[in-house]
Amino acid sequence: MVSTEHYLFLAALIFCVGMFGVMVRRNALVVFMCIELMLNASNLTFLAFARQRGDSMGHVSAFFVIAVAAAEAAIGLAILIAVYRSRGTLNIQDIRTMKH
Amino acid sequence: MTAEVLLFWVFGTATLIGAFFVISARSPMSAAMALVATFFFLAGVYVLLWAHAIAVLQVLVYAGAIMVLFLFVIMLLSLDEAEISAPTLKVSRLIGGASTLGLLAVLGLAIFRLGLPPPSPQSPAGQASFGSLRALGEIVYTTYLLPFEAVSLLLLVAILGAVVVAKSRI
Repeated sequence: MVSTEHYLFLAALIFCVGMFGVMVRRNALVVFMCIELMLNASNLTFLAFARQRGDSMGHVSAFFVIAVAAAEAAIGLAILIAVYRSRGTLNIQDIRTMKH
Repeated sequence: MTAEVLLFWVFGTATLIGAFFVISARSPMSAAMALVATFFFLAGVYVLLWAHAIAVLQVLVYAGAIMVLFLFVIMLLSLDEAEISAPTLKVSRLIGGASTLGLLAVLGLAIFRLGLPPPSPQSPAGQASFGSLRALGEIVYTTYLLPFEAVSLLLLVAILGAVVVAKSRI
């Protein structure tokens, strides 16, 4: 049987890959995809601990995370469309109106 | 080596490779396709964790609905050639890599020092339905009924918000 630590470490690796993408990529859409990766890594952690404890609570948490991620994707992509319409770009280095 | 260990390594490696493709792909379209593959392999890992219902939800909601949304937006904005020539900044890549490695080291140390006992053996009596849709539904519709209804409200607000934000003229 694969130990829980293996799953936790896999989740940590996926989370770090997603975080690196958020920090490095400049296309807002790809940054969004990296956030989805990080959410999935947290889901994997919930499910690993659910198996560890033999408790369905973790499954409920993962279920709610998926639902919230769906809402977040809908709103976020709508915001991206609005930004692209007004700026003509999705490069996050060119979108700096609220920086100062 | 049992089948579970073999499948864990296969799915885990495939998931990580997919994630690397997501952050290294040059066009958003190939990043989205790599993300779909990543979600499918991750669903395989969920099945190994006895979370069958969540694995099905993962394929339906993530690989199905959310990624179709992403693909629609990519095609709508025709971004494919927008970023190709833009090189990423070396400094930000350096800082991002360093902090990511730091976080990974901290997490790895924490996991290493966790010292968990081996998980309770699966599917003894009373655990046969662990991770099934029935077990999930029984908890969601009894103990967590209020958060469940709140999520339905959240999704409704998200639908309205998406229409309001994305529509140029209401």
